[in-house]
Amino acid sequence: MKTICLMLAALALAGCGGSDGGRSDTLVVYSGREEELVAPLFERFEQESGIEVEVRYADSAELAATIAEEGDNSPADVFFAQDPGSLGAIEEQLATLPSTLLERVDERFRDSAGGWVGTSGRARVLVYNTDELSEDEVPDSVFDLTDPKWKGKVGLPPTNASFQAFVTAMRLDVGDERTREWLEALKANDPKFYEKNTPTVEAVASGEIQLGLVNHYYLYLVKAEQPDAPIENKYLPGNDPGALVSVAGAGILDGAEHADAAERFVRFLLEDDQQRFYTEEAEEAEIPLVAGIEPKEGVPALDELSGRGPDVDLSSFGAELERTLELLNETGYTS
Amino acid sequence: MSRAGGRRAPYSFLLPALVTVALLLLPLAYLVLRAGASSRGLRVLTRATTLELVWSTGLLVAGVTAASVTIGVSVAWLVTRTDLPGRRLWAVGAALPLVIPSYVAAFCILGAFGPRGLLQQLLGVEQLPEIYGYGGALAALTLSTYPYVLLLVSAALRGLDPSLEEAGRGLGQTPLSVFRRITLPALRPSIGAGALLVALYTLSDFGVVSLMRYDALTRAIYLQYRSLFDRTPAAMLALVLVAMTALVLLLEGRWRRRLSRTGPGTARQVRPHGLGRWRWPALAYCATVVGAFLVVPAAVLGYWLARGLERADLPWRETINSLSASTLAAVVAAVAALPIALLAIRYPTRWTRLLERLSFAGNALPGIVIALSLVFFAANYASPLYQTLALLVFAYVVRFLPQALAGVELSLVSVGPRVEEAARALGRGPLATALTVTVPLVRSGILAGAALVFLSAMKELPATLLLRPIGFETLATEIWKLTSVGAYSRAALPALLLIAVSAPFVYFLSSRHEPTQVEHG
Repeated sequence: MKTICLMLAALALAGCGGSDGGRSDTLVVYSGREEELVAPLFERFEQESGIEVEVRYADSAELAATIAEEGDNSPADVFFAQDPGSLGAIEEQLATLPSTLLERVDERFRDSAGGWVGTSGRARVLVYNTDELSEDEVPDSVFDLTDPKWKGKVGLPPTNASFQAFVTAMRLDVGDERTREWLEALKANDPKFYEKNTPTVEAVASGEIQLGLVNHYYLYLVKAEQPDAPIENKYLPGNDPGALVSVAGAGILDGAEHADAAERFVRFLLEDDQQRFYTEEAEEAEIPLVAGIEPKEGVPALDELSGRGPDVDLSSFGAELERTLELLNETGYTS
Repeated sequence: MSRAGGRRAPYSFLLPALVTVALLLLPLAYLVLRAGASSRGLRVLTRATTLELVWSTGLLVAGVTAASVTIGVSVAWLVTRTDLPGRRLWAVGAALPLVIPSYVAAFCILGAFGPRGLLQQLLGVEQLPEIYGYGGALAALTLSTYPYVLLLVSAALRGLDPSLEEAGRGLGQTPLSVFRRITLPALRPSIGAGALLVALYTLSDFGVVSLMRYDALTRAIYLQYRSLFDRTPAAMLALVLVAMTALVLLLEGRWRRRLSRTGPGTARQVRPHGLGRWRWPALAYCATVVGAFLVVPAAVLGYWLARGLERADLPWRETINSLSASTLAAVVAAVAALPIALLAIRYPTRWTRLLERLSFAGNALPGIVIALSLVFFAANYASPLYQTLALLVFAYVVRFLPQALAGVELSLVSVGPRVEEAARALGRGPLATALTVTVPLVRSGILAGAALVFLSAMKELPATLLLRPIGFETLATEIWKLTSVGAYSRAALPALLLIAVSAPFVYFLSSRHEPTQVEHG
């Protein structure tokens, strides 16, 4: 019995040890963005501001669910998410950001209610296998993917948030009926399903499929692992839903314990230097959202993309997600 | 009741058992709370796809359990009862896949047999049979689960009195019919316990079914969490999973009740069956099992590692974190399982059995459900504990207690209550008897259960991600971090390290045997 008590005491002590991260003056960020990609940004912020940052990394949607379960007791000050949907999901728990901060980016890339702001952009693309296809052979519209000549040659990740955001954009752009027809026709064309964007791009690289519906930057991640991979992105022209530009973004929690530090951090993310990070250092080459900063070579600049893509409100994506999921379920893309 | 000597269950067992089970039921309470939150829960239940999900999940559980029992029992028999050359080596090798996290196993199987995988490159062919779907999920989950059966059954075989089998052989029975008519019935409890762990693991697994794109309930639950705004449908689907758990428990309970009570007798050195001309086929069989389930994944990891070796840093801090959290989980689970097991085995009434079965309630739930339920309770009602190591350890215990239970219970069954009854008759109290007599007797079962919990905690991911103290990296989170950006070459090192540091525990597990009745004198 004595040993049991000793063990429990040790456990309790160990538990306390885990929590004494000096919560009082440390900024707490929940990051749905991958550590491999954004950790340098946090390091830079710590150095520049002298503010210590603790980061919890996990999947964006799971972190949104976590914040929702934590309610008013959430230890998080900032939620740094992959997609507008996850941020929109906890809209009610977000504080309104000051307008000086929001106005750093175009109004298309921020929450219309001011709860979150986009920090980097990502364009939807058709990634293609360069051994099999030339850029001209790749269709100019996602609506062409239902052509029988692409039967069994198209891949997509139906459970992935960014694919679902694209379907939401299509729904808002051309309506539910047309979207349903497209989903059904594409399904009849025997597409291959993948769990995420990365495996989809890998499958294009390996020649398992020829075309993939993904975000533009996964190309660079796969090339970092396989430098010779025969893959390239095609940015779709015109107002095609497949030319959607979405964002990763950040919001500050209402009643955050370190609200000042939190604001300073979000402001920091939107400073020119950090925006340039996506161009100069980060492997994944996202698109800077602050005007006047050029993206990485080969990635179209914001101005170039701004005339393209469907005219949709990203801040409605959270609320629209449910209908999108239902549609994907009904058409057999998810269960 | 005779085995309990007509005694009532003592409070010194009941109280801790009740507290433990109440804590284990927290995720269930959370689900009921969430499922009742809106009327949409019912809509999910009546959807046609939900029924399909139940069916496909059931098929997978049945397939994995059957495959695991077949492989586990056959290899266990070969390495404990025959003159198979190198059987000590085969015993450890065949048990080692236990330490490969199932999502890593799935990655490796895809890397080896998937489209344009290593095998295809090696053979230089255009197309291999499709690996995705039922086949791939079955293979990856069998890899991660058959060692449960193998370990529990070989321990039982080593502790089994061989005199009956020898008598059978003396009567001119063939080895096969001795196995079928004598050995197999005696192995019922360990096969049942192993199959139960396999079935529950399969029900709860998310990594494999998602990578293999097989539509199981857990995949649908994760998907529902992605819909974010309403957690009701996810909670409802999770309750369906709980109902399936109940069914599995019921089946296992039936199977166990039919067990024949051959006394354990004394374990002695067994004269092994001569395999004769079956020696080569048996060797080939073991080589196939170890080759497919250990060598292939290890080779794929090695291939990836070689590709990215120049960028590799040894993740020491993560290793130490994994080891310490898992050790704590193993100790707490073993201690918490003891009173529940004692009540169920030594004081078997309807209520103590029910208490024991209830402790399985959360075991088939996917990690995300356990994690979110503990997020909810801890953040709102126990905030000093929130995001501490203590809560993480508690989550591990909730997920893996049945493994500790399996170890202790099998030992308790095989030891029998006689010595304890003697101690009680001599005036020792129930608690003193348990601590001074029972615990030492079933020590190896307690340790085995603890080791199983340890191994499972080492590779746990979904609850670890959400509940760990901020900045607390484990080997599993490190693997996740790297595979999520497709950096397999760098993920291979923590994966191999996870296997390497877990291996000694598997060695311990694969060499133990069930305790046998202590003979006085």
